[in-house]
Amino acid sequence: MIDGTRYPQCCPARVVTVVVIGAGHAGLAMSHYLGKRGIDHVILERGEVANSWRHERWDSLRLLTPNWQCRLPGLRYAGPDPEGFMTMPEVVDVLRQYARQLSAPVHNDTTVLSVQPADNGYRVVTDQGDWQCRAVVIASGAFNLPAIPALAEELPSFVDSVSPRDYRNPNQLQNGGVLVVGASATGLQLADEIHRSGRPVTLAVGEHVRMPRRYRGRDIQWWMEAAGLLDQRYDEVDDIGRARRVPSPQLVGSADHSTLDLNALSERGVSLVGRLAGLRDGKLQFSGALRGHCRAADLKLGRLLDAIDEWARESGMDDEVDPPERFPPTRVPDAPRLSLDLASGEIRTVVWATGFKPDYSWLHVPVFDRKGQLCHDGGVIDAPGLYVLGLPFMRRRKSSFIHGADDDTRELSAHLAAYLDGQHHAGVTTRQRSVTFA
Amino acid sequence: MHSTTIEVNNGVNVTALLGAREALAQAPEAARFTWRASCDWVNGTHSRTSIEGYHGLGEEQHHKTRFVFDTDHPEVFASEDHGPTPVECVLVGLAGCLTAGIAAVAQNREIQLRSVKALVEGSMDIQGILGMDSDVRNGFDEVKVTFEIDADATQEEIEALVAQSQKRSAVYDILTNPTNVAVHVK
Repeated sequence: MIDGTRYPQCCPARVVTVVVIGAGHAGLAMSHYLGKRGIDHVILERGEVANSWRHERWDSLRLLTPNWQCRLPGLRYAGPDPEGFMTMPEVVDVLRQYARQLSAPVHNDTTVLSVQPADNGYRVVTDQGDWQCRAVVIASGAFNLPAIPALAEELPSFVDSVSPRDYRNPNQLQNGGVLVVGASATGLQLADEIHRSGRPVTLAVGEHVRMPRRYRGRDIQWWMEAAGLLDQRYDEVDDIGRARRVPSPQLVGSADHSTLDLNALSERGVSLVGRLAGLRDGKLQFSGALRGHCRAADLKLGRLLDAIDEWARESGMDDEVDPPERFPPTRVPDAPRLSLDLASGEIRTVVWATGFKPDYSWLHVPVFDRKGQLCHDGGVIDAPGLYVLGLPFMRRRKSSFIHGADDDTRELSAHLAAYLDGQHHAGVTTRQRSVTFA
Repeated sequence: MHSTTIEVNNGVNVTALLGAREALAQAPEAARFTWRASCDWVNGTHSRTSIEGYHGLGEEQHHKTRFVFDTDHPEVFASEDHGPTPVECVLVGLAGCLTAGIAAVAQNREIQLRSVKALVEGSMDIQGILGMDSDVRNGFDEVKVTFEIDADATQEEIEALVAQSQKRSAVYDILTNPTNVAVHVK
């Protein structure tokens, strides 16, 4: 890692061609391709390499993708357990070594305060001085801020509110009941370990994506990748807005490769309720659509397995793998609870597994829609020389995965290089992007 | 010889609906609708509600005709049974909404429907509305919808139609989620 020369903040901005914001897997992968193209760049990192993986994850978390799949440009897993799942310290080690291998120009402890248009590019203001550059790559991640519903503010003071970013392990919670809101990967994993700690868990379940860890003797991610589902492009799907909003699948990476689904949690005594819909007069209200949401997830799982089976048959794989199987439907209580009186003291903690959103509060460029979402076409932001990485289904279904960074950064670095060339020849910055790429 | 393709026609103009989606994306304020029903008490538990105007697409709109609905209670409630009970009207709304959704989704997925029948059952314990037991709620404690669908599709595809219809149904949402209701007296 290169520690850039420090200038006092009053001094003129340092000049570089490209600023990459964030030294996670995506920023490092971009650095790999920029380096290969000989484009000078710096990576500005608020903490240190792999910061979120170090500081913003719970203790027991492992990656949801098997080790063999955790590829980055120029890096393959070569350890002893390709089918295993990395712990967070292992992920941090991999990324730290990757940064070292790349000699990535990472500037640690540098928080970006503002990115704004400036002569022929952008000015990047940080707490360690300013940078003037021609292009900016936003690799600060899609999961910066917990997306917590407004009603969290109205919880009574004797109920603790915890986000997955602050949650580490069950011991930090009060004794007593816990409501986990959200039934994607995070919600299921936290419901499981909190319930095992002796704190009875109620799990509020809305729309979700059910997925077995292993299918026909292989990891589900192997099937998704082999059958081409993860490579599906953003411009090939009917409704990309909808595809980007699909919740993350219910998966856990564990040493025994077990499946964690709602049936497993019910068996262990976790109580299922519908989506958290309101809080009125101290009573939490749950949607009556639990059965519908579970049925829809079972049907979707059936379609996924049908597609996998069809692909296996067409690829002549049927003899190499175990026979097809189908999983029992999700069991839903006959009359799930519709309300829960907090005054009863049954719930002492609410854990908000309701997802994350990116933080662009520092991006002072008019590139947002009316809902504050970044406008981009496969990572090419609607402002010349501005790029983003790692958002869900950004260019492909795998875009937010570690192994999704390779294809995306290869293509976007090519776009960026063409943009810099075009800008060089034209001599001016134009709002029209004339460059195209496959 | 030439091959013919059979047009799927469930009587739903999907192109227009998708066009509306595009147009409203440009003008989201036009997507705000207010539906209205005006009710007059007739006598006893008998009331008459009419529906004609509503607000949407940024302006006042009208149905082609005025629709009138009588609601009452049956004779076992010591009423005169001039019309369905209000709770039965809620079932009408749910059945109509889910079924319309099925037709639209089927059209969009190019599935020809031949028949769609729904039986909607809402159960309640009338000790709630009679004020006999404060632990019993007034409204339905369970609503059950049973579809019988004949279509050019597999059982899984038909179930997926029904699931998608629930996902996009206003009345299903109204029944399964709480809503703020403000009641004023002028």
